[in-house]
Amino acid sequence: MRRLTAILAPAILILALLAGWEAACRTLQIPSYFLPAPSAIGAAAAQDWALLLHSAWNTLSMALVALALASAVAMGLALLVAPSFLLESAVRPIAVALQVTPIVAVAPQAVIWAGLDHPERAVVGLAAIVAFFPIFSGALTGLRSTDPDLERLFDLYGASRAQRLFRLRLPSAAPFILEGHKVAAGLAIVGAVVAEFVAGSGSAQGLAWRILEAANRLQIAKEFAAVIVLGVMGVGLHALLHAGERWILLRWRGRR
Amino acid sequence: MDYPGRGRALGPFSLSLSAGETVALIGPSGCGKSTALRLLAGLEAPTRGRAAPASAKGETSVVFQSATLMPWATAQDNVALPLELSGTPREEARARAREALAKVRLAGAETAKPAQLSGGMAMRVSLARALVTRPKLLLLDEPFAALDEITRRALADDIQVLWAELKPAIVFVTHNVEEAVYMASRLVVMTSGPGRTAAETTIEGPMPRPPGFRTTAAFRETAEKVSHDLAVAMGAAP
Repeated sequence: MRRLTAILAPAILILALLAGWEAACRTLQIPSYFLPAPSAIGAAAAQDWALLLHSAWNTLSMALVALALASAVAMGLALLVAPSFLLESAVRPIAVALQVTPIVAVAPQAVIWAGLDHPERAVVGLAAIVAFFPIFSGALTGLRSTDPDLERLFDLYGASRAQRLFRLRLPSAAPFILEGHKVAAGLAIVGAVVAEFVAGSGSAQGLAWRILEAANRLQIAKEFAAVIVLGVMGVGLHALLHAGERWILLRWRGRR
Repeated sequence: MDYPGRGRALGPFSLSLSAGETVALIGPSGCGKSTALRLLAGLEAPTRGRAAPASAKGETSVVFQSATLMPWATAQDNVALPLELSGTPREEARARAREALAKVRLAGAETAKPAQLSGGMAMRVSLARALVTRPKLLLLDEPFAALDEITRRALADDIQVLWAELKPAIVFVTHNVEEAVYMASRLVVMTSGPGRTAAETTIEGPMPRPPGFRTTAAFRETAEKVSHDLAVAMGAAP
């Protein structure tokens, strides 16, 4: 019953909002370049569905590669610095600086570094920068959240540093690491789209490219269709990761 | 034992143990009982003086106030942990863990995660983990504090039965007079923090305690005496 509600409630709300939007567009005779009606957006999406899906896949695949890259670097770095207060203090400000850097500011340079023939590398790199911090920060917090009595127990039994890290700290950090990845996945998509706006071309033609293209041609309904596909993709990925997180935690803890 | 920012937590305090004896430390909260246990376990070094355990590394075990199990690991993996950390091959460690679980009446719960166990069962897993290394010194830090009356009595009897088999020296910390008198052959009453020895009582009677021991006159008298000592010790505090 709760599951049904969780699906039905947002669906009904969305339908109601769309109906209101459609009615407003028709009765107020809003011009389509100002705000297209949902029916027009639907028609545009139906007409261009193959291209939209292809673009969505481009954006999604770049975001996923960025997420994997960010995960590998962030986890490796967190495991490296967590055992030492000195190293962590040294690395943390740099990680924060990376987090607050707006990627549009560094995107042009990233395109040059990646080479003009490989815009997708620039997009992946930029999206990975955005996705890095939540994973790194979550892992560090998790690695520091160990039960102090369990730490004492590991002291008592003379555990080595590696045993302490892999048998105690890393499993303790699992819920924090999962949460970090969930947040990072959403950011990787946003990062990929933003980076595409600046760096996209050639083989890196994702949804952002479709949005730009449609906007430049004043095909506003098509632009909206691309934005909506982007939203659906983000919600879908989030739902998938949320389900995955619950599944893993259920096995980790033995119950909810 | 002094802590920075908190001042003196314990002492001067002296305690010597003979092999196989059960000593209870009893005193008001904040008297440094847990600090004394950590010194005995070698988890902390005393500010002055020395803690010289006769047992070598790996021969001391601790049971904390809460079960302190790894939530992601099964009961069996939790119990096998001390063996695996000291390099026992995995299969042997698991076999001995299963044995230890059976001794605390948890055969069949090997694959359960801590969240699936009741409070009393989790404490018994913790006890099995402490005993799996066959320690010479067993330190219990208020092991009954979080349990209901029935469960704590059952656990007290479990500990006695297990003690009879391995005969480790036991030091256990509590603020429950009856548990202390029931469990220990010697009982040290401590003053409010920083803790010092206020009184010492030797408790007569067979170990493990026979059924009905709690209702004997000797038990009641000793409990009364210790309660009195404790009241004096607490009154002596500033």
